[in-house]
Amino acid sequence: MTSASVANDTPATHQDLATARPLFDWLFVVAVLAIAGAFVRAIFFTPIEALQGAAQKIYYVHVSAAISAYLALSVVALMSIVYLWLRDERADRLAESGGEVALMFLTVVLTSGPLWGKPIWGTWWTWDARLTLTLFLWFLTAGYLVLRGAIEDVAMRARYSAVLGIPAALLIPFIHLSVYFFNTLHPMPIVLKPAKPSLPNEMLVTFLLFVGAALLLCVALMRARYRYGVERDALRAIEGGER
Amino acid sequence: MRPSLLGGAWLIARKDLAIEFRTRTAFLAVLVFAVLGVAIFYFAWDVTAVPAMDLAPGVLWVIFTFSGLLSLQRSFGVEQTDRALDGLLLSPIDREAIFLGKALANFVFVAGIQAVTIPAVALLYNLPLGRTLPVLFAIALLAAVGLVAVGTLFSAMAANTRLAELLLPMLSLPFFVPVVYGAAQSTSLLVAGRPTAEAWPFLKMLIAFDLVFLTACTLAFPFTLEE
Repeated sequence: MTSASVANDTPATHQDLATARPLFDWLFVVAVLAIAGAFVRAIFFTPIEALQGAAQKIYYVHVSAAISAYLALSVVALMSIVYLWLRDERADRLAESGGEVALMFLTVVLTSGPLWGKPIWGTWWTWDARLTLTLFLWFLTAGYLVLRGAIEDVAMRARYSAVLGIPAALLIPFIHLSVYFFNTLHPMPIVLKPAKPSLPNEMLVTFLLFVGAALLLCVALMRARYRYGVERDALRAIEGGER
Repeated sequence: MRPSLLGGAWLIARKDLAIEFRTRTAFLAVLVFAVLGVAIFYFAWDVTAVPAMDLAPGVLWVIFTFSGLLSLQRSFGVEQTDRALDGLLLSPIDREAIFLGKALANFVFVAGIQAVTIPAVALLYNLPLGRTLPVLFAIALLAAVGLVAVGTLFSAMAANTRLAELLLPMLSLPFFVPVVYGAAQSTSLLVAGRPTAEAWPFLKMLIAFDLVFLTACTLAFPFTLEE
């Protein structure tokens, strides 16, 4: 398409963009309602743990956010490999969406953890294996997003951020190894362990509800962010900007 | 004639080192920065409360990390002028060889800094090194390989971005954690007069890090250069 025809088409195509977007992101609304429902159940309809008291309820938020963060990070890793292989810009956009959503969930994990740690462990923070690993996942994800923001060229941005994923994935076992030399304070898995889950039934249901709601929110946010990316790139193409 | 992988790497490294040797500005500047850093750290602690011997390993490795970053910054920075990188890409040298050559030049640079800084720390912090000096240099070289492998890859990426000076440390520092950890822990064991065998687990981790990241970064590097 020549630049002259782009200029002629501009008003109509802007219009198309505005109408192409659905007014109602139903998945996001459902996810928010699910999260609200899970909170209501966790706060009002789930028994209080005998030893830890109300603080134990942070568990539901903390663990489900961690699982969602891992889902989003898996999307980043998988889509980075797919991009380097197929050079499909949709893979890059998905990776970008996954990165931002992962940073949000990691932030929830890193803030809810200390809130629980202070009353239960007596300290906000300890340099324990899992805490350190999560902190560095946060740093790596933040670095990933800063790198994306610092490159103008779309193809170069996609390649560089996908390349960053390779050493980042290899770094995780090394950070784990570095902190493995210390003893861990962190509770061992309660639900995902070889033996039967040791959570009472009522708590287990609340936990599973929370995980389901958080995963739904994770997918809804990535979907919304992906759609935004599509529109943004389309707009840039119309404006004849960087693409 | 197309040079072999190592032959090409040697040519690139020789070019970078020749530039450095003829200008000498960066090496001296980084060296002064490193020694200055060592001196400033001394005043950041109450040395009557914390013995200098306990501080030294940490100081040494924090300084190496930061002076290493300064030298890595230049690695691909020099290729930006007059788009010299395009010349490198047109030359009949494998992309992997360009990476290994750049990494080798950076390694020599960082090792040169270490050769002066380790004795400087020993002198200023009154470390009884003596027999442990060869082991300490071995640790330093092992750590330098890891720093340089990751740093060279990120230097190539950061040089092309708007935030080059900021992005290189931001991307590299998380990767330097296992290196600094292994190096500093084994250094403090040695400085405390413990037998070398106690430092062996940390050295094994450094060797594993070097092997994994030298291979991965060499293979990942060509992806950063496509035009």
